[in-house]
Order: sequence, then structure tokens, then C-alpha cells
Amino acid sequence: MTLSTAPIGATPTVPVVDEPLARLPRHPAGKNARILRSQRIFAYVLLLAGAAVFILPFLWMLSTALKSNLEMTTYPSPLVPAVPMWDNFVKGWTILPFTRFLLNSILVTGLSVIGNLISCILPAYAFARLKARSRGALFAMMVATMAIPAEVTIVPTFILFSKVGLVNTYWPLFLPAWFGYAYFIFLIRQFFITIPDELVDAAKLDGAGHMRILFSIFVPLSRPVIAAVAVFSFVGNWNNFIGPLIYLRSQELFTVALGMNFFNGQYFTQYNQMMAVGVVTILPVLIVFFFAQRAFVEGAKGAGLGGR
Amino acid sequence: MARSEERRFFGFLTPWMIGFVLFGGGPVVASLVISFTNWSLLAPPTWAGLANYQKLVADPLFYKSLVNTLYFGLGSVALGITTSFLLAILLNQRVRGVGFFRTVFYLPSVVAGVATAVLWVNILNPDYGLLNTLLGYVGIKGPGWLIDPNWAIPGLILMAVWGSGNTIVIYLAGLQNVSPSLYEAATLDGAGWWRRFWSVTVPQMSPVIFFNLVTGLIASFQSYALVLVMTSGGGRGGGGGPNNSTLMLGLYIYQQAFQSFNMGYASALSWAMFLVIGIVLGVQFMLSRRWVHYE
Repeated sequence: MTLSTAPIGATPTVPVVDEPLARLPRHPAGKNARILRSQRIFAYVLLLAGAAVFILPFLWMLSTALKSNLEMTTYPSPLVPAVPMWDNFVKGWTILPFTRFLLNSILVTGLSVIGNLISCILPAYAFARLKARSRGALFAMMVATMAIPAEVTIVPTFILFSKVGLVNTYWPLFLPAWFGYAYFIFLIRQFFITIPDELVDAAKLDGAGHMRILFSIFVPLSRPVIAAVAVFSFVGNWNNFIGPLIYLRSQELFTVALGMNFFNGQYFTQYNQMMAVGVVTILPVLIVFFFAQRAFVEGAKGAGLGGR
Repeated sequence: MARSEERRFFGFLTPWMIGFVLFGGGPVVASLVISFTNWSLLAPPTWAGLANYQKLVADPLFYKSLVNTLYFGLGSVALGITTSFLLAILLNQRVRGVGFFRTVFYLPSVVAGVATAVLWVNILNPDYGLLNTLLGYVGIKGPGWLIDPNWAIPGLILMAVWGSGNTIVIYLAGLQNVSPSLYEAATLDGAGWWRRFWSVTVPQMSPVIFFNLVTGLIASFQSYALVLVMTSGGGRGGGGGPNNSTLMLGLYIYQQAFQSFNMGYASALSWAMFLVIGIVLGVQFMLSRRWVHYE
């Protein structure tokens, strides 16, 4: 990514890198500075408007959570409720056993994330570093599976699990995560192939076996992409709804997503309490996301430009 | 040496290979076989030959769900790409706080789930929802959204665009890879920013746009879970909206498999869906030769 100085007299629409302003070329003087400034202010205004639009639903969620029953059903419904009803949070949380649901979600999601990491790093290493005659064909086959819509596999997989009596357990929800996931394997493999051969050769000279090489060299060097996979996996599993919907029958096994849906079905008139619970259920995802934001963005960039 | 490395290769690959048989290629083949049967899981399967496919071709709900899916898919992807691309260009203008904006736009796609689906049911509520309240402030009487067959899918599209900010990051990365010398050359030739946008930015970004177009379409076909939440009142039954106006193909398959227990028909539908996706993507790839620039 190169920087450049636009010739004087040109309106600066030079694309710039995300760098501290100190390292950028001096602003052009006079008329060009004014054009540049007004262009930036214009962009800023539009961005603020866009950000407001994107944030508004979240604010509405919080606002509805704090409204009284009357307030939320009158028109026009205010953005700021007159009296914040904080006990909507308590009422909503206890209408259904959401603490139980939360713990269930943590269990299932945790198992899935760990499984994903293990079962995707190993094959990624194989595809990136280990030679075999059928490697190319198998890799192509794996990438091809990414094009298969989930609807095709959902019925036979359900039949499989019901034949072995695993319906209404957590096994169907986290077991597949322990057997690889093409998208993640692809992502990690793209990262692994950028690691220079010299490092691997040096380690081999020191007598390191493949497992050693993988965990002492590749994994530490690939922290951004592995963190991204962990976060993608967490988010995907936490929000997973169809899985729990078709496999879980007893209420005490419900995950948070399924619990919310049940709430919606049974007590849908209690929007305020539902939104209160909703706010709490998205908090874990928000927290994980804020901590791993860097990794998320790096990983997404890698996915978009994986052209190696 | 090579032989033992090959054995290592397959060793490391084992988790995925088992997964491929159990959850990938295996079910694909099984699904095809099941589509030729009638199976309700309560009784053993019976052979039905092509009956499911004949039923499919004559099924008005199949066509309706197909139209709905394409309407939603193309609408949300087109609008999503436009919004994300423009926002990425704005973000690229050396403004302060890029990280903050990026987070704000990215956030909805991260928390997308049942909670936000229910939130949008409330936002789209015709009487006291956020959207119609805001429209009311500027004097417009908002439509019935999810209750109105004509406005249900547009409502869903709005929700989808809200959740499409994750692609902004990909566009940003692409924009920063556009060679500045191209802009300089265009400027020297006297091109204004509008011209520069269409003659430099868009063509240079076309591979990235195409990537997002394809992945967006594939994802939109599978986004029936939230529609189920939003239109069925949360139970395991129903779904599909007023007059089936939000019945998506994925949702129809779910209904057939897990509400009506027609496993055979559901499998046949899923293969029809696979075929449709293939055709849609094929068309996109053919069209791409016209407008996508590769270096």
C-alpha cells in the first residue's frame, strides 16, 4: 500500500492508509486545503448520519426495554421513556429460566469453539505444509463443499442423529464442530501458507516433529486469524437458532436463542420485557466482539482478499 | 520420506475427512437418495421414484417461495452492496475515528440473532414501531410492513441492509489497494470526482464487489431462520407471513421437514434450491465477464 502526493492542482481523492496523521504528507496549502477540508467535513457529516441510522435500532431496543406497557403501545412511542422501568429486566429474565438458558448457551458454544479450533487448525496445517498426491484434489473438494446450502444436509443429518437417539441432547449441536468446517480451514490455511519455509526448515533441522512445528511456530504466528476464527465461531454458535430449534425438546435444555424465541411465542405482548432480556443476551457477544475487534477485522480482510 | 509425509498428511486431515463423510459429502448423497422416497420418520421409507419432483414442479408454494427468495436476495444484496460500498468510500476519506465508525457499522451483523429479529418486528410494527413513528414525524403514514403482503419483504430487506456492515471492512481493504497513480492519471486528464468514481474506483473494485455479490446471494438464500422467528409468533408452527408473502425457500423446506414431516419432499426441494442457486451464480459469473476487471 503506497502513499503518494497528488500533484498540486489536483483535488485530493488519493486513497490513504489507516495511519497516524503524523506520517502522512503535509496538507496542500490554500485553495486545495479548503477543498480537502470541506470534502472531509462532508464525508464526516454523512458518516455521522449513517452511524446514527445504524445505532438507532440498538437505542430503540434499550428504550423499549425500559418502557411501561402503556408507553410501548401508544403512538407515537417516545424514544426516551418517561419513567425507566428497570424491573422489566427482572421480570423478563424470570418469566422463563434465562439463567439456565445462559449457562446452556455458554456450554454449547464453548464446546463448539474449542472443537472448531482444534479440528480446523490441524487440517489447515496439512493443506498448507504437508505434501500428498491427492492434496490438491481434496482441497478443491473441501472448498466445493462451501457451496452446498445447509438445507441440503439438514435433513439427512437430523435423520442420522435421531437414528442414534441423540435428539434432545447437545451432541448434534457441538459434535459437527469437532470435525472441521471448510470455511475456517480455508481461512487458516491461507494464512499458514504465508509463513516462510526457512522457519520450518530451521525447526526441522533442530529435529522438531510436525506437531511441534505447528504449535510452536505456526499457531503463535497466526494469532490474528486464529482469534478471528474463534470469534466467528463464538458468534455463529451463540446466535445459532435452527440447530437448537430442531434438536432440543425439553425446555431446561434451551439455549438463549431458543429461549428468546419461546418468549416471543408465548408472551409476545410483553415487548418491553422481551427487549430487556434481548439486551442482556447480546451483551456477551458485544463483549467478545469489542475485545477481539482487531482480530475480527483482520480476519475479515483475509477472507475478502484471499487470492493467493 | 514422501510416503511418511503422506501418512502424516492424512493423519492431520482426519478430523475433516470424518466430518466430510458424516456431515458433508455423506449427507449430500443421502439427501439425494431420500428425495426419491416418501419418509415421515414415523414409518419406514417407501420408494417414490420421481414423484416428489413431479409434485415440486406443480407446487404453487414452491414457485411463490422461489420468487420471494429471489426478491429478498437480489433486493437485499443490491441495497447492501450500495450502502456498504458508499460507506466504505466515505470512511476512506481520511476522517478521524475510523475505528469507531467501523465498529458501529459492523456491530449489527455480529449480534444478529433472535434478539435483533424480535427487535425488528417491533421496529416494523405499523402502530407504534420506530420506523412508522419516524415516518410520522415527516408526515408519511407508514405501511403495514410485516403484516402487509406487499411490504413484508421490503421490511426484511431493511433489516438485512442494517446487518450487512461486515462487508464494509472488505471494501475498505480493497479501496486501499487501488493504485493512486490511476487517480493521478485520471485527474491529469481532467476527470472530476464523479468521473473518477465510475472510471477508476468502481472498475478497480469490481472483483471485490463481485466477491461480495456472490457470497451475499449465497447467504441470503439461507437466511430463513430469522424470517421464521419474525413471522411465526415464535412457536414451532407456522411462519411465512401474511399470505405466505415472506415464505422463503429455506423456510418452506424447514416446514416440510420439521412441521409436516415430509422428509422426501423436503429433500427434493433442497435439491431444487441447490439447482436454483447454481443457476443464479452461473448467471452472475457469466455477466461478470462484462463488468469485472481483473489485472
